[in-house]
Amino acid sequence: MHIRDQIHFSGAALLRYRLRTFLILLAVAIGVASIIILTGLGEGARRYVTGEFASLGTNLVIVIPGKTETSGNVPSMFIGDTPRDLTIEDAESLTRSTQVRHVAPLIIGSAQVSWQQKDREVPILGSTHELLDIRQWKLSRGRFLPAGDPERGSPICVIGNKVREELFGNENAIGQSVRIGDRQFRVIGILGSEGRSIGLDVQELVIIPVASAQSLFNAPSLFRIFVEARSREAIPRVKEQIIQTLKARHQNEEDVTVITQDAVLSTFDRILTALTLTVAGIAAISLAVAGILIMNIMLVTVSQRTAEIGLLKALGASGRQILALFLMEATLLSSTGAALGLFLGQLGNAYIHSLYPDLQSSAPLWATGAAVGVAVCTGLLFGVLPARRAARLDPVIALARK
Amino acid sequence: MIELDGIQRIFQVGDQEVHALKDVQLNIEDGEYVSVMGPSGSGKSTLLNILGLLDRPTGGTYRLDKQLVTELTDSEMAGIRRNKIGFVFQFFHLLPRLTAAENIALPMVLGGVPAGEREARTQKIMEALDISDRAHHKPDQLSGGQRQRVAIGRATIMHPSVILADEPTGNLDRHSGAEVIEILERLNDSGITLIVVTHDPEIGKRAKRHIQFIDGTIRQDDKG
Repeated sequence: MHIRDQIHFSGAALLRYRLRTFLILLAVAIGVASIIILTGLGEGARRYVTGEFASLGTNLVIVIPGKTETSGNVPSMFIGDTPRDLTIEDAESLTRSTQVRHVAPLIIGSAQVSWQQKDREVPILGSTHELLDIRQWKLSRGRFLPAGDPERGSPICVIGNKVREELFGNENAIGQSVRIGDRQFRVIGILGSEGRSIGLDVQELVIIPVASAQSLFNAPSLFRIFVEARSREAIPRVKEQIIQTLKARHQNEEDVTVITQDAVLSTFDRILTALTLTVAGIAAISLAVAGILIMNIMLVTVSQRTAEIGLLKALGASGRQILALFLMEATLLSSTGAALGLFLGQLGNAYIHSLYPDLQSSAPLWATGAAVGVAVCTGLLFGVLPARRAARLDPVIALARK
Repeated sequence: MIELDGIQRIFQVGDQEVHALKDVQLNIEDGEYVSVMGPSGSGKSTLLNILGLLDRPTGGTYRLDKQLVTELTDSEMAGIRRNKIGFVFQFFHLLPRLTAAENIALPMVLGGVPAGEREARTQKIMEALDISDRAHHKPDQLSGGQRQRVAIGRATIMHPSVILADEPTGNLDRHSGAEVIEILERLNDSGITLIVVTHDPEIGKRAKRHIQFIDGTIRQDDKG
């Protein structure tokens, strides 16, 4: 019997019970579509998060005081038990490498910022003018911290747009003097960028020279040093150089942690990939259920069509041919359902993408392949038992029943 | 062409053994026209099933065209059913989802005959049976007589050497029954062996050889 005739014969048999066939197709399609949509979402989230991290700054290497034992993990945001301070001189020493483009020391604190009667608690960032290049922020007005000796703590500040709105309203902020903590600072620029950076809303920041922040918060140690390497390839070398330089400066003790964008990125990548796999596994359960539904329907079909099976045997069909015909039906059901699910899944992903343009939700190829493969295989697998039952039917009894 | 020697068929019903066929000896030559008659339960249907290789005898040997068929495997038996035996049933047994032409072509589909050849052969046989205008009708759009003609078309499409008809007129009115019998007799005239199981004496009488079954044995074999 030719394969085309088999498909035609089995297909015609399925079309006879339209509603039943449709419901099975739906069950398989939902299973496949849910795998595709869920993995698509997981993959989209993974791409979104890693993309956000990449936008933190290209080729960024971050130096954190203190040594954490576990590598690959994101070190605690808090300064741990630091044996030695990370100083502005340390940051300065790193600029000597030819592989380093920018170095920006960083201190983070929080203080009361006030102008006239209005005041507000905001996060304060102490840094140098190079932070602007590393972060690639834009100024909407004025200028950023000037280049110069980072040890000099000028009383100047750059404020985020939201801080400006809340303190100054419609009045011109540039040149005004604001009180930060117990000191006066002159506003020299307003940040125009939006978004978040190291967990802080850029629009709510106030940036002051790093030396000013040191004395304002009475913090001798830096919170971070941001180092931008000249190229992606230079990152490992820069990392090594940083460790060596700081070790030499710190009485030969390696007491800093250097993390690269790559390490952070790959950690998130791993977490989110695991998440995607988990949801894919859960969705796959629905495919197994669809497989059992196929088996159930095929068993009903076999008992309803005993006369037909008997007739086919009388006309010269062997048990193997009957087996092949019923397996073909199960396969047609599962593969058509899988195709339908593939279509629905893509449609769902496209819809999600239209709702959240930031989320590039498309199922990875392996998930799509696995979904379709598992669907077709379960159909075949769960079709075996009913098909064997059909093949073993005694033609005399099958024909006698009318 | 058909040689039955010591054929027995025992059914197990509960803890009782029912001897449907007891030591049946029967030889049927090529091109014979045989009617098998007898009350229900006499074993005539069991005989037909064994002749048609739908059932295996419990004991004895069956040779078809000199070939010992009682020893064959399932798929070998299926091949013989397909190529040498044509069945005509009382209830037609047409597949309701297929058209008349598709029903006739079904044995060729199972036998892997190419589609082009199938069409030509189906058309030819439908013309001979005078049902060409019904080719694309489903069985439920056909009269009983037409249905049985489709069934005969299906039974003869593989050019079998024997046709086994089980009460072929049992579900038809007198007129279409007579037509069906005439078609079967014409086929017999062309050389196909025809074995008709019936309990209608009028149909039975028309055969050239009458076999009477009672209690699983041949009571009478009248080669008139």
